[in-house]
Amino acid sequence: MPTLEATAPARPAQDGPGLWRRLRGHQGRNLWFVAFIAPFLLGLMAFVYLPIVWSAYLSFFEARNTVTPTRFVGFANYTYLLTDKLFINSLLTFVAFAVFIVPTTYVASLGLALLLNNLKWGQAFFRSVFFIPTAVSYVIAAIIWRFAFFSGARFGLLNQFITAAGGEQVNWLGGTNSLYWVALISVRLWLQTGFYMILLIAGLQRIPLETYEAAALDGAAGWRLLRYITLPQLKATSVAVILLLLINAFQAFDEFYNMLGSIGSYPPYARPPLVHLYLIAVGGGQQDLGVGGAGTMILTAIIVLFGVGQNFILNRSGK
Amino acid sequence: MNISRRSILGMGGGLAAAATLVACGQNNPMASPTGAASPATSETGMATGEKVDLTQWYHEYGEAGVKEAVERFAAEYEAANVTVKWTPGDYNSILAAQLLTAEVPDVFEAEQGGSLDQIRSGQLEDLTELIGDAKDQFNKSVMKRFTFEDKIHGIPQTIDMQLLYYRPSLLKAAGVEVPTTFEELVAAANAVKTSSTGGFFAGNDGGIGVLGTLFIWASGYEQLNDDRTEAAFLNDDFYKALVAYRDFSKSGGVVQSASAEWYSPDAFVNEEAAFQWGGLWSLPDITKAFGDDVGVMAFPAMGAKGRPAVPFGAFGACVAAKGKNVEAAKDFVKWLWIDQEDKQVEFSDAYGTHIPAKDALVSKATKLSSGPGSEAAKFVADSGFANDIMWSGAIGDKFNAAVSNVIKNGADPAAEFEPLKDLIKSELEKLKG
Repeated sequence: MPTLEATAPARPAQDGPGLWRRLRGHQGRNLWFVAFIAPFLLGLMAFVYLPIVWSAYLSFFEARNTVTPTRFVGFANYTYLLTDKLFINSLLTFVAFAVFIVPTTYVASLGLALLLNNLKWGQAFFRSVFFIPTAVSYVIAAIIWRFAFFSGARFGLLNQFITAAGGEQVNWLGGTNSLYWVALISVRLWLQTGFYMILLIAGLQRIPLETYEAAALDGAAGWRLLRYITLPQLKATSVAVILLLLINAFQAFDEFYNMLGSIGSYPPYARPPLVHLYLIAVGGGQQDLGVGGAGTMILTAIIVLFGVGQNFILNRSGK
Repeated sequence: MNISRRSILGMGGGLAAAATLVACGQNNPMASPTGAASPATSETGMATGEKVDLTQWYHEYGEAGVKEAVERFAAEYEAANVTVKWTPGDYNSILAAQLLTAEVPDVFEAEQGGSLDQIRSGQLEDLTELIGDAKDQFNKSVMKRFTFEDKIHGIPQTIDMQLLYYRPSLLKAAGVEVPTTFEELVAAANAVKTSSTGGFFAGNDGGIGVLGTLFIWASGYEQLNDDRTEAAFLNDDFYKALVAYRDFSKSGGVVQSASAEWYSPDAFVNEEAAFQWGGLWSLPDITKAFGDDVGVMAFPAMGAKGRPAVPFGAFGACVAAKGKNVEAAKDFVKWLWIDQEDKQVEFSDAYGTHIPAKDALVSKATKLSSGPGSEAAKFVADSGFANDIMWSGAIGDKFNAAVSNVIKNGADPAAEFEPLKDLIKSELEKLKG
């Protein structure tokens, strides 16, 4: 011990400047790295990781209207949710929604991307035209869909066409049929197709022209070019697009809540997981943060599974 | 090391307050004899003439002029500097989050005079003594709902309610009387409907969201038993009421979708339905459109044990127990919501259409003194119901889901509601803590 104490003061004097220089890195690169990364990292910690950790903590407590609960309940909140028919249904709703929205958006985006990629003129113009809906808020689009296009009243835009053509007035969003899916799918399709189109155009432009030339020399054309050159070369982009679509579908909230919700209530059908959790956690002016936290953990686990799956598939397709 | 941001701000605030006082003394000599330099404050050792600062929160009232009115009320109060915070958006969530912080609003409005969570977690100051005997002046249904375990945590500000609008002329043309029971309502709605005007409208979800709990009250039951240990409505009368409404929907008498929601007068004004469930707040627009040709009634009795019912809601003025100036906040609440009756009438009557919380003031509310509105206060006193304080969001959500499944998907009510029995029981146990 005495020896350590004796040598200790000498050290900073000797190593100090050298250590500092090494920490700073060549031309202060490490310093700049920290300076640029720290704000983002702090934000990520404060607004993403800390809430997740706190939710995990809350999920084991009876936490009504408090973020500092005292009554430990073990896994009770988890068993409550996993036996809650509405929660299970919300996961099924996500599956149904994803089954519709992921392929339709992918096919629509790819179709537009292929059409635009071959355009000789006006490509930038059409790219902007199709991209613009991405800039529209989900809330605003949902309200327009709800009150203008898909209003079940006879004044609704679609209903006016239908009744003018001699049809019966359709109750689109009332839940007496499943036609609300038409509204929910179409609004998201309209909002997000342009964005994924841009991603796919970027992917298409990375495919070397030589491959097409070589294929053309071998006599390939039209469908065969798409099938054997374009789609395989686009695989990495496609995987990324599809996984993004899946995760976005999982996080669906805005258009559902604004199209089907009413003051303080939401129907039991077409209720995606986030809407259900929102209703539990803060619905009716009450806060049940324990059950809400447990739901957050379950959904986080599912999202993490998606992420792991994405990495796995991307790594394999990269080889 | 330990100089916190707040203490710096506090020092800054103190300086600013002192500066304001100086300015006040110079510019406004009127202020000093009355309010500012009251002896009470100097006794407590504070700087002479220093008034405490209070913040008061309101949710966003839709009617024009309310914000200016409450700001004026606050400015007229002389014993403290009251700052009004107008809160657009999801008021309940914003308030709940703010109440968990150190910077709580001193005075705020809370639905039905405070939620169970707020009371249990000690966020609300007990106002039982503050209201004292004055509580007999308030609407009795509201006061009953505002009282929990013999304590009152909020002073009713104003009463909102829902009721059934109809057009007497349409009923007369179809040769039907004003319905007094649910069966008569079904018959009347089906008799008056035409190809352009439907029968009965209560929202684009078929009325389920807003009418759900009314089926309990109108069939003659309460949500929970007196001890709040279990549900008190899971029986055949209630199930029959649900089936009766389902049959009503199937008969075509219920307008399933209209150009607006139940809480807006638009669908009724557009003549999309002869009967519409709506809010009292829609009365001015509706009478403007139809003049004398407007009638109102409570939701009619359903089944043998049934009774008419209307839901009411009242915002109560609450005082945060954690506030820095609890006594001053209580004085302000007493001044505004118990003593200042002309302000209470103005608040209820001058902007929208609400019922003054005190019975004696109802006759002073111009919109309710005659015509269809005059019965509204009586409906609340005689047939007014509100969600039980332990009817939690989780119970309400499960209840609405079951009602929806019965009415929309044709599920058997007894089977659909069976799981709710245990669910409500265990939820109530949890709530009792």
